[in-house]
Amino acid sequence: MSAMGVLSQLLALVTALVLAPLLTGWVNQWRHWLQNKSGPGLLQPYRMLHKLFQKESLVAEHASQLFRMAPYVIFGCMLLAGAIVPTLSTDLPLSPAADAIALVGLFALARVFISLAAMDVGTAFGTLGARREMLVGFLAEPALLMVLFCASMITGSTSLTVIVETLAHRELAIYPSMLLAGVAFTMVSLAENARVPVDNPDTHLELTMIHEALILEYSARHLALLEWAASLKLFAYSCIGLALFFPWGVAEANAPLALLLALPVLVFKLAVGGMALAMIETVSAKMRIFRVTEFLGTAFLLAVIGLLVNVLLGVG
Amino acid sequence: MHSFTHPGDWLHLDWVLVVVCAWLLIGCAGVVALRRFRLVATVLFPAGAFFSILLMAVALSAAFAGPEVAVLPLGLPQLPFHLRLDSLSAFFLLLIGGVSAGVSTFAAGYFRKGEGTPPGLICLEYHAFLASIAMVVLADDAYVFMVVWETMAFSSFFLVMANHRIPEIRRAGYLYMLVAHIGALGILLCFGLLQANTGDYTFANMRAQHLTPFWGSVAFCLAVFGFGAKAGLLPLHVWLPEAHPAAPSPFSALMSGVMLKIALYGILRVGFDLLQTRIWWWGVLLMAVGLATALFGVVFSTVQVDMKRLLAYSSIENVGLICAGMGLSMLFAAYGMQALAALALTAALYHMISHAFFKSLLFCSTGAVLHATGERGLGKLGGLMRYMPWVAWPTLIGVLSCAGLPPFGGFVAEWLLLQSFLFTTGLPSSFLDMLVPVMAAMIALIAALGGYTMVKYFGVIFLGQPRDAKLAQAHDAGMWERLGMLWLVTGCVALGLFPNQMIALMEPVTQLLVRGGLAHTVADSGWLLVPVHIDRASYAPAIFLLGVLASFGLTYVLVRKLYHGRMRRVPPWDCGHPWQTARMQDTAEGFGQPIRQIFEPFFRMVRRLPTAFDAKPSYRVEVEDPLWHWLYVPLVSLVEKVSRLVGLLQQGRIAVYLMYSFVTLIVVLLVVK
Repeated sequence: MSAMGVLSQLLALVTALVLAPLLTGWVNQWRHWLQNKSGPGLLQPYRMLHKLFQKESLVAEHASQLFRMAPYVIFGCMLLAGAIVPTLSTDLPLSPAADAIALVGLFALARVFISLAAMDVGTAFGTLGARREMLVGFLAEPALLMVLFCASMITGSTSLTVIVETLAHRELAIYPSMLLAGVAFTMVSLAENARVPVDNPDTHLELTMIHEALILEYSARHLALLEWAASLKLFAYSCIGLALFFPWGVAEANAPLALLLALPVLVFKLAVGGMALAMIETVSAKMRIFRVTEFLGTAFLLAVIGLLVNVLLGVG
Repeated sequence: MHSFTHPGDWLHLDWVLVVVCAWLLIGCAGVVALRRFRLVATVLFPAGAFFSILLMAVALSAAFAGPEVAVLPLGLPQLPFHLRLDSLSAFFLLLIGGVSAGVSTFAAGYFRKGEGTPPGLICLEYHAFLASIAMVVLADDAYVFMVVWETMAFSSFFLVMANHRIPEIRRAGYLYMLVAHIGALGILLCFGLLQANTGDYTFANMRAQHLTPFWGSVAFCLAVFGFGAKAGLLPLHVWLPEAHPAAPSPFSALMSGVMLKIALYGILRVGFDLLQTRIWWWGVLLMAVGLATALFGVVFSTVQVDMKRLLAYSSIENVGLICAGMGLSMLFAAYGMQALAALALTAALYHMISHAFFKSLLFCSTGAVLHATGERGLGKLGGLMRYMPWVAWPTLIGVLSCAGLPPFGGFVAEWLLLQSFLFTTGLPSSFLDMLVPVMAAMIALIAALGGYTMVKYFGVIFLGQPRDAKLAQAHDAGMWERLGMLWLVTGCVALGLFPNQMIALMEPVTQLLVRGGLAHTVADSGWLLVPVHIDRASYAPAIFLLGVLASFGLTYVLVRKLYHGRMRRVPPWDCGHPWQTARMQDTAEGFGQPIRQIFEPFFRMVRRLPTAFDAKPSYRVEVEDPLWHWLYVPLVSLVEKVSRLVGLLQQGRIAVYLMYSFVTLIVVLLVVK
């Protein structure tokens, strides 16, 4: 573990923490612009977090320890995810601790905790949200795993840093399997981050809400942590997507100059990705909850086909 | 051979036999103290647990020692008992000892006065079961194997029937016995083939025989059938969801945690050790059966409304996954890819031991809940975390482990399994090359569904508001029960955090069965679990846990330092709905509803919907196993038909029987001539 490695690891953590709310704000801003609204401004998520942290937390009478613990666990999981995914550099000392499968496990751990916490208070909406979240999860999780497996088959590794390094050094070629995986990944990320065709982050309508139903009982600092964790999740997913499909510009070991350059490149890639996300959300309509299974089932099948195409063409 | 005067000279095998005898003695002591409840609970069961720990220690030391053999002058005159302790037996003895230590401790506080079978008798059956299980893995000839195998079946039958006054339990026991014996028939035939007409039924002789591929395949299929009946592989799983709920909880824990693994031990022993040839389609068969079983099990477990049935189906799922791992190992071994075969086998073994710990823990927790509330249906439980924290928190660890989440034992097993399924390119057949990744996808789907089930299990029982007023009187587990559960929790956590040490224990087993191992790659990687190469895949559960805990702690402290930690208790918000009752929460049926809808073709459902004019509207849905109707019911009616035809021969008149004898005589004379 070199000093440079520790530095790039810390830098990756700070970048994730700071940039995540900004990315959420950027996507929201673009969504408003695309819908001919003025929008709350890029810094709104930070103001929101600051406001929530100041407030007094209201906890339901019979909520257990699990309920109060869950936001910290989920935030911890997402922070760790942000530290593992190669954002600026592939020289991450923490990266060997968790590969792509462990990363999916990390997201699953957070999902189980938020679902359990939602069931803890015992309200109608909480359990409804938990059920829907697990429904989305049980299809999205294997689909995400299959997308990552497509990349690991090409690169012969499940380690995210190795995947990025190997993909970045290949000559520019379009892999048919990665094309399929890319479509699948987009669909999964929309579902996992509670975005429009699957969930609507703006409403509290019981017919449609998933994520909002889960965090309905939370307030103040607990809610702030969950909101921050949600933006960290969006950030981590975006970075996984960038790492798999646009791996160029990420610094490698012993390249301090590249590390300086990596930050603007990352911000640029995220900005474009955020705009694309806002565009998708604007042009698509919210699905009924049982169409979600078809949507995610399609994603899963696409990723599996990608995997098979990989084997068929003998890549890697 | 060696002196018995000095205990220092004893072989590991002798120590194991000491434990077996001690268990039998404890069982007999139980019969003597038939109704002296306190003695049985506070002396005999803890003593049994002590010997379990001793067994575990012996197995740990025997894992790395060479094979030991012994011939006991028991049984029939010409057929002494041949015993052998090799690394495979040692691994399973470790599993038996580790799990039964926790379960016996739990059982010390579990049994109550005046419930079904007297406690002394349960003590006998329980310890006879443990002793016979330990003997199964030691057996080195078919004769002793069948004797102890049947002892295991009978003692477990009596334990399942502990509350025999309830008709459903009698039915479950009967079904269990029936399937167990159909399976035993398969095993017997398999041994008959393996000895290849030599008349020598020792395992050493069977290893020396080289069967033709055809007879080898028949023997293998018979073994999968026979042992699969005990393990709960499709389509012989029907007894499992009936027998597990019927048995007292500590015994359900042993059945699911240990007995199913012993059945898988049988497949390993026959398929990898006794049969010298390996054929690629044996592996594919195991994988296909395993994955079908796993998918079936997990889909059914999500829709169960009885907590023990839910766990029983989840056990079917896990057995299926283990089987898939074993199948993959067989496939690799058939093509001479030792390193990958060892990886897949390690994954299967890891899954076995971690499933043994977490599933026993979960069954123990259902026992504690059952005693505290008298309720097994998920629909009437809820909110127990407040009243039973000593049960709820250990269960949470078990649930996370069962859901295959890091950093617990279940995840390591799943991780290894996925790794072994992922790097398969290089198999000689392109068809197999395509098949294996598809199977990896199925495993991912099954694992994710397992998470769904576990959230349902924990959420509906322990979280939310109590669905019944009497739950407020639920009492927490007693001292022995807590101790037993904590032991099992320790197992789950240790399996999660120290995978390298555990894999080192499995190395001799994989060396024995597939002549390859992971220890050399694992040994010098420190905290990292590196099964193949560091650039290929790595995982460090301890660092993982530390990362989550550190960010947890830092956040907790920083939020309080930078802002404040003020909190106020208020009524729940629930979008401002004013009247909320516990009945507005999801029931177990409600939580499983999406899965019921998605996987509708899997089930046979009987729905009763209320009409608009019902004075007391009620909704009822029953989910049944379609295999029962497609396979078993026609089979039973066929058997009945055939026996009715045979019955036509029975006329009850002596003249007719004399004529039968006469006709037989004529036919025999004709044939002989």
